[in-house]
Amino acid sequence: MMNVLRTDNITMQFGGLTAVKEFNLELNKGEIVALIGPNGAGKTTAFNMITGVYTPTKGKVFLNQKSTVDGKEEHKERDITGLRPDQITKLGIARTFQNIRLFKDLSVLDNVLIANHLRIDSNVFEAIFKLPRYKREEKQMVEKSMSLLEKVGLADSRYEKSSSLPYGQQRRLEIARALATDPSILLLDEPAAGMNPKESEDLTVFIKEIRDEFDLTVFLIEHHMQVVMGISDRIYVLDYGITIAQGNPYEIQNNQRVIVAYLGVDEDA
Amino acid sequence: MFSGIMRNEWEGSLTKSYLGGVYMTLELFLQHLANGISLGSLYALVAIGYTMVYGILRLINFAHGDIFMMAVYFAFFGVMTFGMPWYVSFIIAIALTGVLGITVETLAYRPIREAPRISILISSIGASYLLENLAIVIYGGRPKTFPQIPLFTDMVQFGTVHIQMLTFMIPVVTAVLLMLLMYLINKTKSGMAMRAVSKDFETAKIMGIDVNRTISFTFGIGSLLAAVGGIMWGLKFPSILPLMGVMPGIKCFIAAVIGGIGNIQGAVIGGFILGIGEILLVAFLPELSGYRDAFSFILLILILLFRPTGIMGEKISEKV
Amino acid sequence: MKRNTIYTITAIIVLFVFVYFGNKYLDSYLLRILNLCAIYTVLGLSMNLINGFTGLFSLGHAGFMAVGAYTTAMLTLPIATKQMNFFLAPLVSPLDKIVWPFLPSLLLAGILSAFVAFLIGAPVLRLKGDYLAIATLGFSEIIRVVFTNTQTITNGALGLKGIPATTNLWWSFGTAVITVFIMVSLINSSFGRAFKAIREDEIAAESMGISLFKHKVLSFAIGAFFAGIGGGLLGNMMGTIDPLMFRFFMTYNILLIIVLGGMGSITGTIISAFIITIAQEVLRFLDEPIFPNVPALPGLRMVVFSILLMLVVLFFRQGIMGTREFSWDKFFRFFTKRPLSKGGAK
Repeated sequence: MMNVLRTDNITMQFGGLTAVKEFNLELNKGEIVALIGPNGAGKTTAFNMITGVYTPTKGKVFLNQKSTVDGKEEHKERDITGLRPDQITKLGIARTFQNIRLFKDLSVLDNVLIANHLRIDSNVFEAIFKLPRYKREEKQMVEKSMSLLEKVGLADSRYEKSSSLPYGQQRRLEIARALATDPSILLLDEPAAGMNPKESEDLTVFIKEIRDEFDLTVFLIEHHMQVVMGISDRIYVLDYGITIAQGNPYEIQNNQRVIVAYLGVDEDA
Repeated sequence: MFSGIMRNEWEGSLTKSYLGGVYMTLELFLQHLANGISLGSLYALVAIGYTMVYGILRLINFAHGDIFMMAVYFAFFGVMTFGMPWYVSFIIAIALTGVLGITVETLAYRPIREAPRISILISSIGASYLLENLAIVIYGGRPKTFPQIPLFTDMVQFGTVHIQMLTFMIPVVTAVLLMLLMYLINKTKSGMAMRAVSKDFETAKIMGIDVNRTISFTFGIGSLLAAVGGIMWGLKFPSILPLMGVMPGIKCFIAAVIGGIGNIQGAVIGGFILGIGEILLVAFLPELSGYRDAFSFILLILILLFRPTGIMGEKISEKV
Repeated sequence: MKRNTIYTITAIIVLFVFVYFGNKYLDSYLLRILNLCAIYTVLGLSMNLINGFTGLFSLGHAGFMAVGAYTTAMLTLPIATKQMNFFLAPLVSPLDKIVWPFLPSLLLAGILSAFVAFLIGAPVLRLKGDYLAIATLGFSEIIRVVFTNTQTITNGALGLKGIPATTNLWWSFGTAVITVFIMVSLINSSFGRAFKAIREDEIAAESMGISLFKHKVLSFAIGAFFAGIGGGLLGNMMGTIDPLMFRFFMTYNILLIIVLGGMGSITGTIISAFIITIAQEVLRFLDEPIFPNVPALPGLRMVVFSILLMLVVLFFRQGIMGTREFSWDKFFRFFTKRPLSKGGAK
């Protein structure tokens, strides 16, 4: 299995509080990996360290990228620790947010279009004076965004204000937006939050589809055990910032420490 | 800069020295220092108002400098138009200013407390602008002279220099007020309410604290302090104008930022840094005295770039 | 050609026909007001780009205007007038010999302002909200204080007099029209969307690959460019400038315009610039004795204006247009008033 991302003992300390301690993650190409754990376990913090929102207090994050040099395919591991979020996104890591961060006052289409901006080659003069290269790029961005919106079933709402969409559609829009950045690795923060069982099932299918269609590696935080068990190749479990287990779904389901972390210890046991 | 000690036959003083081209005697330096401490105290009094309001509402009260100005005019009219003895006039002016501060909060800030930050900031600027224009209309744009009260303006002589009584009284008054304020904040229920609201607005509300009253109270106290500062300012710098609060207002806000906005001790420290720094700048670099106002701004920029939370401030991180 | 484009071109032609006749026949008082309307349109749009569209609370606009006004004035002042102005201390070389025509002077004014914005922006645009406001205000004041003290370059507190009145309706409205076009094009482009994204949610924008710093500086510099040009037009219309003109009051006036118009709307800014400039003139009577026995209250006009701003901020936060823009469709629908069909006009 080819590694695309790995973290080396990343730790996040806020003053006296250690939110995440020595987290070691390995993502291999095409995998769907889940990060679970009780609330406050540090899962989003781990995400934030990988995507550059936080700089780890200790440890490093490595991105393994394919590039073609002199006709030969090379794999180069690159230290991305402490890079800014926009730099990390440009390198191909995209994310969604736990508390949906859409551009509320902007239209559905604009939300996705914005995520295309990072790949633009034209400069601002070309954009203002509508020079040929810009016009071409704009057309491509619109086409790409529309096709993504169709994929998530939001093409008809493209001119509506994104905040006017129902909750489930907003979540899908966020995923479409993340996809528009041309990622190779997609981080989803609780994509199934607030969904009913049918919606969660659809989401599971959807994630597998986009993984295949866009050649992605997916890393997700999720509480919906149905989704997690149904979709993940491997699972990491965090509790109070510490990795208490990792393995495939079957192993995790039967792991005593995991059960205790979620359900607490039975006093009479 | 080098300092050399020259024996001066004319004055027989051994304390004259030559620093970077400016003649300085010990007495002169002490005079500058006294002025700096005085100015610093005034800045501190006004800066506290900014910092308290920011601590509780996360809002820059642009109108604070103009409230300071209003106090001076109230006191002026009390003495000059209504013929009241100065102590009566001053007390009434201070009280009126407190009321004015609370009124501004009620009319300009309370209605839009839930609005986006930018609207609140604009309202703050609007209130300031309105007060300034009202002052121009009501008081007239020409400078007036603040009553000179002998008790304060009499000079005291130290060696070759003369210093006003006022210059010594200002820090004393400030210190007394500060002690009262610290007592109020740390030992009274209202003070505890203020601290609670500035730590966590929502929780304070849930815990049954009357948030509106606490906020009004904070504005009131801040305005009272600014009023005292204003009156002492009027005594020290007797030429008063409707726009006299603009520059001191900005500088005092800068002082609050330098000290760590939201932190009262910080505001005092910031006030003194600014006051003493400004006076010493003019004293030692008189060719740069045209830039004395820029001094505060440059300090501000430096602090914002290198230590934005200020000298006493704490870091606030946003949850993602 | 698209129908909308035809309408737009027609409107512009009509506008410039009006400008032609206006320049010829209107009296100087009306000309001054119209010039001011156009200039404040340019200034309003330049500030709206930074504050309204990118969501940066910048209070430094007066500083950029000052840079622009002084640059244009210095370049267009005839040599003899320069000598007359700089009687206290002679103007430094080579400025005392240079005289440029209006257009390159304006362009240089814009470029210098943008450059200053770039210098200021680099350190300051990392700050958020209130801190950014105060820092930009601080820089604006620093610029003003510097101008007040550089006797040999700016003539210090004396200011400059006798600036050639080169601004006429062609220049002011021409610049305004060009500014509108550039702003519309910019805002509707990918960069404009990036600006709006930063305004909506910085963290999300950054996570979508938008470099916050680069785009904030870009918005800041473009805004400053037009602010500088606006300042230049203003100086060369009024004939005299001095540092006191560029105090916070000036920034505040423009802030009032963009708040009233709606901070996310180009149309709103244009409408508001005209309304406020005209209203300021119309309300001048408030400064005069209104009734025979009531004495004049100078400054009453500005009190009314301050109250107006407070009312807008408190009760009409969205301003006139909110974030809506003009479109020919909506314009005609307004006049034909057909009943709303299903899924019809918003």
